[in-house]
Amino acid sequence: MLPTSIDRTLTQLEAQQYFADRETATVLYLALRMQRPLFLEGEPGVGKTALAQAMAGMLGTRLLRLQCYEGLDAASALYEWDYPRQIMALRLAEARGERPEQQSLYHDDYLLKRPLLEALLPDPARPDVPRVLLIDEIDRADEPFEAFLLEVLSEYQVSIPEIGVIRAERPPLIVITSNRTREVHDALKRRCLYQWMGYPGRDRELQIVAARAPEAAVALQQQAVDFIHRLRGIDLFKAPGIAEAIDWCRALAALGVAELDPQSVRNTLGVLLKYQDDLARADGPTIAELLAGAAPAG
Amino acid sequence: MKPDVPQDMPPRPIALPMLARNVTHFTRLLRDAGFGLSPAHAVDALEALRHIDIGARSEVRAALAALMLSGPDQRPLFDAAFDLFWRDPDWEGKLRAMLLPRVDAGAPPPRRSNRLADALAARQPAAAKPDQPMREERFTAPLTFSDRERLASRDFETLSADEWRALQHLVRTRRAHLALQRTRRLRAAMCGTRADLRASARLAVRQHGEWLRWKYRKHAERKPPVVLLLDISGSMSQYSRAVLYFCHALMQSRERMHVFLFGTRLTNVTRALRERDPDDAVTLIAEQVRDWAGGTRIGAALAAFNRQWARRTLSGRATVLFVSDGIDLEHIDLLEREMARLRRFAHRIVWLNPLLRYAGFAPQARGIQAILPHVDALRPAHNLDSLLALETLLADTSRPPPMPPDRPTAPRQGNPPWK
Repeated sequence: MLPTSIDRTLTQLEAQQYFADRETATVLYLALRMQRPLFLEGEPGVGKTALAQAMAGMLGTRLLRLQCYEGLDAASALYEWDYPRQIMALRLAEARGERPEQQSLYHDDYLLKRPLLEALLPDPARPDVPRVLLIDEIDRADEPFEAFLLEVLSEYQVSIPEIGVIRAERPPLIVITSNRTREVHDALKRRCLYQWMGYPGRDRELQIVAARAPEAAVALQQQAVDFIHRLRGIDLFKAPGIAEAIDWCRALAALGVAELDPQSVRNTLGVLLKYQDDLARADGPTIAELLAGAAPAG
Repeated sequence: MKPDVPQDMPPRPIALPMLARNVTHFTRLLRDAGFGLSPAHAVDALEALRHIDIGARSEVRAALAALMLSGPDQRPLFDAAFDLFWRDPDWEGKLRAMLLPRVDAGAPPPRRSNRLADALAARQPAAAKPDQPMREERFTAPLTFSDRERLASRDFETLSADEWRALQHLVRTRRAHLALQRTRRLRAAMCGTRADLRASARLAVRQHGEWLRWKYRKHAERKPPVVLLLDISGSMSQYSRAVLYFCHALMQSRERMHVFLFGTRLTNVTRALRERDPDDAVTLIAEQVRDWAGGTRIGAALAAFNRQWARRTLSGRATVLFVSDGIDLEHIDLLEREMARLRRFAHRIVWLNPLLRYAGFAPQARGIQAILPHVDALRPAHNLDSLLALETLLADTSRPPPMPPDRPTAPRQGNPPWK
């Protein structure tokens, strides 16, 4: 259901096991109210994609997802005609001695709907709620695709030459995420509500870990989150995100660790740190200091 | 003629409600501080405020931020402006005082065309003295071949102002021919060896099911990215200017090029260089960069680049052009470490060093020795010839064989006369 206030947005997100801060909830509420796309930026693993999933869950619709990559084109993002089936229909008609009309060939049945088009059409299971479309990692697509998106984002319509203009009766909620591997054009940002997602505070991260890695004991979760918060404070090439924190708690639980000790940290550090330089930086003494509760100097 | 407006008063703007006026004002102030905001942003902001509880500061802040920000780096300034604007009775004075020193950092300075200014300035004396246009004529005429040749081999440091302008002209009129690289992607083509089944089927449907013609696909080609790291410290200033003009010319023919300047800190000037007019672009950059002709901290600048930009800009066989004299006196170990890291990100690193103009150049300085093992090629960069030679280098995407660390490539001038 559509939330009626910011507080209700927060509680509904929490019901989906997504713990947002108030600012994110405000922006999300506004996106629903103003029918604007949401542009989320942030380091990898801070919950951008998860927010879209939580929103789809909250509205009770299926999440439509468009993963961007270099060379993404309209045929795989918007729609394509089902040519083999069209040819089959032509052959069948030929066998019957008919000559099919263009209209019957360019019919809805032969239209392969890709995520962008599907987002404009109502969800057959839930026609009363807006659809949720996630355009993931827009920075991976090339610039022409951004320009192509502009029409869809501002008008919520696409034109298919054989059929005409398809316009969304109920504008979908579009979430665009970017990892900032390149700057996205201002014209695209201009049409969206912008939200920068940073690392969460300790309490919120603890909530997230508790919800997503329940197999780890509560004491272990607290220790792990504290450790990660201190780890983010040291000079790292890539600080661990929330996704890493969840993975780590699960890894520790899987290994049967009840309490953090230097040995278990060292054994599982590869879950948190993915660069050799960072692993070298987090050596024995550093880990001991982080475990002891003091942020090491430097 | 409107009878209800008194004659002695200027026409007043439509009285907006207080909130609307405040929001517009806030938008305008942020725009003065360098945010790219249009009146449409103010309209959107007002609409957003209708949906939320405007008594709750945090909600107002979040809403305005979502509409007015376009990057995380703008956030601190926005927050500070917001706090002052919506709390302090004397917000405006304070806000202005706070924003003013920052305007030079963030705000796009007024556009000006040097050539336009020159044109206007040149016009007045021309009217007064009839012999002036003759000289102007001679100057704008295309350079003769010998002029070109002479200029191309001149050291940038020894150029006079006039020669500078001629050189700029020379650079501007060049169009670089750069290498294309085959990608994994396929795109539609007229001929080839790979059939494009979808496109062929599309055609067949249009021909009522007759497969009369085949469509093909072939590998798409794309220019590999180039990242230029340019040292703008005092010892480099004349060269960096020349290289900037050269960059501008390169930028026009290359879609994926990023340019960073560094002295004591790193500045991304890619956007400014997109400006069509090279003079405008360089003026913009000069106003954006605060450490022009200052000291150098190469190691720290490289560290900043590696951390913030390397993963974003160095994807897919990128060439890094590192323009510096390599003279860094402190933190040699940091320099060495960051250079090694950069080496792992980049497809190849070409070091352009103006010091190579000295035939007796030997890599003695510790900074230079720290950089040298990690670069693929070392080239001179002190005159136009050496920059043009760079174009051939960019046209070849293969990685050069690793260079023996103790022997830098000799400059292209040949042997010094006394040998």
